[in-house]
Amino acid sequence: MSDDLLPPPDTEVKPHSMTEALALPTGAKQLTLWGDVWRKLKRDKRFYVAAFLIAIFVLMAIAPFLFLTKDPNACPISDSTLPMSKQHWFGTDILGCDYYSRVIYGARTSLEVGLIVSSLSIVIALSFGAAAGYFGGWVDTVISRWADIWFSIPTILGALLVLTLFNGGGPVLVSLVIVMFAWPDMTRLVRSTVISGKSRGYVRAARTMGSRGRRILRRHVLPNGIAPVLVFAAYVVGSSVGAEAGLTFLGVGLRLPTISWGLQLAVADTRFPEDAYLMFWPSLFLCLLIGAFILLGESLRDAMDPKLFGGDG
Amino acid sequence: MADPVLTVDDLHVEFHTDDGVVKAVDGVTYELGKGEILAVLGESGSGKTVHARAVLRILDSPPAHITGGRAMLGDVNLFELDEADMREVRGARIAMLFQDPHTALDPVYTVGDQIVELLRLRRGISAKEARGQALELLERVGIPSPEGRLNAYPHQLSGGIAQRVMVAMAVALDPVLLLADEPTSSLDVTVQAQVLELLGSLVSETEMSMVLITHNLAVAVGLADRIAVMYAGQLVELGPAKEVYANPKHPYTAALLRSIPDIDRRDERLPAITGSPPNLLHAPSGCPFHPRCGYATEICPTAMPPLEEVGPDHLTACYHWDQVER
Repeated sequence: MSDDLLPPPDTEVKPHSMTEALALPTGAKQLTLWGDVWRKLKRDKRFYVAAFLIAIFVLMAIAPFLFLTKDPNACPISDSTLPMSKQHWFGTDILGCDYYSRVIYGARTSLEVGLIVSSLSIVIALSFGAAAGYFGGWVDTVISRWADIWFSIPTILGALLVLTLFNGGGPVLVSLVIVMFAWPDMTRLVRSTVISGKSRGYVRAARTMGSRGRRILRRHVLPNGIAPVLVFAAYVVGSSVGAEAGLTFLGVGLRLPTISWGLQLAVADTRFPEDAYLMFWPSLFLCLLIGAFILLGESLRDAMDPKLFGGDG
Repeated sequence: MADPVLTVDDLHVEFHTDDGVVKAVDGVTYELGKGEILAVLGESGSGKTVHARAVLRILDSPPAHITGGRAMLGDVNLFELDEADMREVRGARIAMLFQDPHTALDPVYTVGDQIVELLRLRRGISAKEARGQALELLERVGIPSPEGRLNAYPHQLSGGIAQRVMVAMAVALDPVLLLADEPTSSLDVTVQAQVLELLGSLVSETEMSMVLITHNLAVAVGLADRIAVMYAGQLVELGPAKEVYANPKHPYTAALLRSIPDIDRRDERLPAITGSPPNLLHAPSGCPFHPRCGYATEICPTAMPPLEEVGPDHLTACYHWDQVER
């Protein structure tokens, strides 16, 4: 592909001017914007750390048996709170279950919540936030004021109240309740991205060529404004995993028999500080998972900055 | 004029801002013939760009409102079309060219994708056909090695090449009218001349008409058949390009011409127009140029002078046009 950009060596191309001649790619690879992002990511150590951790956690969630030798639900009560050993790498919990297996299984629940919250937030933001930003007027007023109402309620507090009504639930219910209070953040982000994006030259140019509004939004405004949304989506995975663990710890989130780091922490709290290891392992995994997504977000942001954040590049 | 392509008739555009109403275009009237190039000359804020965007109805409203007049494309009043019909006009009948080609091209798509999309959408042809036509278009606007350019992203192009791509997109649907809004202002001087030459030859090949918006008098004289001079939203002089250049009848036009450096007058200080462009929120009464005009008398602030015929096809809005000298 790069070769046909250059004239064959034996022909003399008459350049239109000095500047235009200089602008001929000098055999460099054709780089797309996303290709450029990928190139920067590959040079970023944080990206490798984040990607490695996330890959491990995803594997844990999809195929926990790869990591296990024991059934997490085989809990002889006689083995309660055994210390770390070759048999039980992380010891056993108060019911006598293998703690390592329990902690591994917790990844699935956390990721499930994180991904549901993040993807639902994106869907809501890309429809309502984009509509508010692009069409403005009363559409914007209705959506933005509605978002403001929900935004004014702290996520954890609001979710705490609603989940108390349900007396807790499964990962899907907990996710939906978190989305209920967390959606305004990303919706506002998309709205402001769309507002700044719709005043760009290529949007005006597309209008002069006869494109209709919705097409311009879909084809020009959103693809150019997607970078900050992706970065924020990575943060949302991390923060909603934290929110779920927090709510579950407070006793209104997930319930047994779901295996969750939040539930493990709640139990560990009753045995602290004498059996501190019960607190340590789920906390460590929780921190690593949340940290990995935050790191991924930062690395993505730097790689996409400034070209995809509306700068001149 | 027989069968004008574009008739702008008493066009008024207002911006309703928090600080008050700005009359950005205040009664502009002209006709444009087939294959004719009209240069609209004026400084920033004179309404020259706003008038073109009003014709294409792409002003952001609010704050802009077309408050009066007509814009006729042939015998169709563009201001009476519904939005769907207007979209059909845009690109296919009237195309527009912008000042900065790099911001007018979408950075996430290749040049080829953008031209192909336009052709597929508006011509309803297959991607393969569209690609063939895109290649022809790039050749037609004089882009070297066009095959490679199809796969290039906008940021990989020089300003001159990018503007040629924009020209290719503008003529892709064979419009009858091209509104070129300062098409060369962001380009290197050497490239400017080439792009202007390209526009001139496209107009003579296709019999397309062109409104060339510029603040550069040399560009206007070099390319245009006629020149319209705008000041503070009003048309103050309109006439054949050579006539306006040799024989300006409005003090503003005359002052503009005097401020062009002349290579034979080396040591003289270049005359500048005194004062500053009017704030349109508080536009001067009567003739808006009178506070800066050396010919002004007590009549000038009282009422805007009407456009008067001062020569063959030569109109000027000045009470004292017969005293004005170059």
